[in-house]
Amino acid sequence: MRLRLVMLLALVAVQAGTHVSAQSGPAAPASTPAAAVQRGTIEVPFRQFRLANGLNVILHRDASVPIVTVNVWYHVGSANERPGRTGFAHLFEHLMFEGSKNVKEGEFDRLLESAGGNNNGSTTNDRTNYVIDVPANALELALFLESDRMGYLLDAMSPERVDGQRDVVKNERRQSYENRPYGMASLELDKMLWPANHPYNWPTIGHMEDLTAASHDDVVQFFKTYYAPNNASLVVAGDIDFDRTKALVEKWFAEVPKGPEVVPVAPPAARLTSVKRETMTDRVRLTRLHLAWLTPRLFAPGDAALDVLASVLAGGKNSRLYKRLVYDTQMAQDVSAYQASAALGSSFQIVATARPGRTAAEMQKAIDEEIERLKRELPEAREVQRALNQTEASFYRRMERVGGFYGKADQLNSYFVSGGGPDFFAEDLARYTTLTAADVQAAAFEWLPIDRRVELVVEPEAKK
Amino acid sequence: MSARHIAAVVLVLSTALAAQERPDRSKPPSLGPATRLTLPDIQKRTLSNGLPVWIVESHEVPLVQVNLVVLAGSADDPAGEFGLASLTAAMLDEGAGTRSALDVADATEFLGANLSTTSSFDASAVRLNVPARQLEQALPIMADVALRPAFPGAELERLRQERLTALLQARDDGAAVVSPAFARVVFGATHRYGAGATGTTATLKAFTPSQLRAFHAAMYRPGNATLIVAGDVTATSVVPLLEKAFGVWTASGPARKTPVPAAPQLTARQVTIVDMPSAEQSQIRIGWVGVPRSTPDYFALQVLNTVLGGSFTSRLNQNLREDHGYSYGASSRFDMRLSAGPFTAGAGVQTDKTSESLTEFFKELTAIGTAIGEDELAKAKNYLALGFPGDFETIGDLAGRLEELAVYKLPDSYYAEYTANIRAVTAAAVQKAAATYIQPGKFAVVVVGDRQKIEPGIRALNLGPTRVLSVEEVVP
Repeated sequence: MRLRLVMLLALVAVQAGTHVSAQSGPAAPASTPAAAVQRGTIEVPFRQFRLANGLNVILHRDASVPIVTVNVWYHVGSANERPGRTGFAHLFEHLMFEGSKNVKEGEFDRLLESAGGNNNGSTTNDRTNYVIDVPANALELALFLESDRMGYLLDAMSPERVDGQRDVVKNERRQSYENRPYGMASLELDKMLWPANHPYNWPTIGHMEDLTAASHDDVVQFFKTYYAPNNASLVVAGDIDFDRTKALVEKWFAEVPKGPEVVPVAPPAARLTSVKRETMTDRVRLTRLHLAWLTPRLFAPGDAALDVLASVLAGGKNSRLYKRLVYDTQMAQDVSAYQASAALGSSFQIVATARPGRTAAEMQKAIDEEIERLKRELPEAREVQRALNQTEASFYRRMERVGGFYGKADQLNSYFVSGGGPDFFAEDLARYTTLTAADVQAAAFEWLPIDRRVELVVEPEAKK
Repeated sequence: MSARHIAAVVLVLSTALAAQERPDRSKPPSLGPATRLTLPDIQKRTLSNGLPVWIVESHEVPLVQVNLVVLAGSADDPAGEFGLASLTAAMLDEGAGTRSALDVADATEFLGANLSTTSSFDASAVRLNVPARQLEQALPIMADVALRPAFPGAELERLRQERLTALLQARDDGAAVVSPAFARVVFGATHRYGAGATGTTATLKAFTPSQLRAFHAAMYRPGNATLIVAGDVTATSVVPLLEKAFGVWTASGPARKTPVPAAPQLTARQVTIVDMPSAEQSQIRIGWVGVPRSTPDYFALQVLNTVLGGSFTSRLNQNLREDHGYSYGASSRFDMRLSAGPFTAGAGVQTDKTSESLTEFFKELTAIGTAIGEDELAKAKNYLALGFPGDFETIGDLAGRLEELAVYKLPDSYYAEYTANIRAVTAAAVQKAAATYIQPGKFAVVVVGDRQKIEPGIRALNLGPTRVLSVEEVVP
């Protein structure tokens, strides 16, 4: 995910923000200690309507803190880009903060900060999102700003503004990839995993030469194609009054003209038929190994089981790979595993960094033995339940925060866009709580074949 | 009692808005009356052993946060033992009571709980976040970890190797090298703030279990700690559980504390280049010894720093990022600790714009001392005062704010008065703070980057005496 902004020195110990505020569910019977942690229901009550121009709107009230959040998802990401203009969706995201017809350059941020607000945006393969968090009394200001750039961005766009953010984005790329240890490996991994004509083959940050080539004309075309209300969804959440908020949304967004229908991305089939192995070098001291497989897309059968499999493999000290590689043998400094779910297809990745003097080959052997053991022997009930209990608790933690990335508003939009409907929380949780040890084993068996995957090794550069 | 609720309701328009009304976009809509956050009461209790307990009820989500904050941190590391407090904290959950390291992890994870142990310069903490239903089962594990750590030799050996390897890895990353490099230049290698919290390769290699045990015995005491609870509990129901888990803690007497002496202030500008061949960006840090958390200028400095480098529209970010495009983001910060921590301005900038960036940094650091417009001041004060409720959304946020009260001995009314204190900051106070605390002529400049490409340009700026250090020297 590419962000517009990461504050450099803000290294205060603040917990990362996936939280929200929910209704606590009914208490479980006291006699079910071994099973799920809470046995409540997760419910995020909302109202939904659609404007004549096609804009889908979702409202959620949570008055626990006097703040509101305005959260917009445009259903466009780097997957909609064409070769030669990679990175454009993210560059465009940056331009959305530079002013619009009725908002002078710099005013977007100045007005929001003067109201005590914060804002940010981010771009993934599949979507672009924008968040404005403000004290509740500044709701209308946030709606004005958000609607003005949805309706009138191009009135204020110029080649100079494109140039300015082009430089910022190039520095974002340097900071996050070229200049970050192992930073280039994820770009290489995507190239190996996905066929050249699949949109997940190229990075969301884009190739440097494509960032250089992006033009003002591209901005105009992109806006007209993708930044229309019928290709967006808006969530307003927090300390709001439903009727007043509905009226304000209509006031500010109804006049934004409808755009053309967006043609959905039709990706070519992606399949690995053998092992693809590469070794690259970086300015690092330790060897790192990446193993990756193509797996079912977000919410497809297998997706949730692969999440739990990742936890069984590398979540916590007792997980199989952590215990073997990091705790017992100490051949690795770290190991992680995760199902990277996305709309057009997912990947399952295992990453391990070798201790000085240890090799990628010995880590790979140990990892493969553990994967094969899982395929042979059913995981223990307790280790699966441990993972499920953690997943369930994490759903409650996601109920604490309303705004920002991964707050409740962002989650409502995410569920809406991915097809489950805004109130998919309980169904999403049920995808996990209904899983058994056999499901987890089956996921390993079906989706982690050792002879069809990507193996990428990052070795230290030779000393000059 | 509802833990968090609004005092002032948003303005409700009396007339319904017509759906197709053409909005007036000629000026931004005005704001309604300011909202106010009414903070919940801190309910204070004391366990039988004297351990203070602070409870804040919040019933939004069925979760509970329990933080045991111990008033001892890296600042209490003895000379030659830098890293002791950090390693002690990290070892707490590596075997405790009758539980092994693996047992502790399994038991907490099975409850869906998060249990962490950590330390900063000023404090150490054991933090538990747990579904409310599992609180009673999780507290004994937390108490074992905090009160009865075993410090097993084999686990210490494992963490030692992990931390030594992490120091090696840090040398790969300019962003990780620049912080210890800057600290070393500003405070000197022998001052506690001059080295990272985890210590050095040499100190890490020497620690023994008995050293960790002694530090724990001396510092982790009910008289030197506060237990903070936030979330879906009532004070009445939770205190007996806390008494059962923590009331048996008997260490008494004062902790053996030696406050960190104030570091001597820098008196002349100096430049340090740390060579990182082939780096695509240079990491820049500029500053000197700042202020302690107890500074009477706290609120003026908050406003000053917001204008300079503490927000997106701050001068440094506008200049380096928006106007020049040299960087993805520039910022500044006063790191306030029990003793004076560093003031730092910094950014990662593209290698071929390193000297240009330094010029812009000094332009802004100098300009902040001359004039700050009324609009700019008002914006900064509004940003801090109006955005304040956002710091209290989660029970983790709440407990963290209470830790700040405990560690820095702030009054209970501190947060209730925060907004008024920011509002009361005058232009003259900000200007005076700028003149006192931002003196660019005496700042240390540290640049981690590709020496071959950046050294000539930096030297040509004639900022002051310039030396070159290796990565190994600044991350020893």
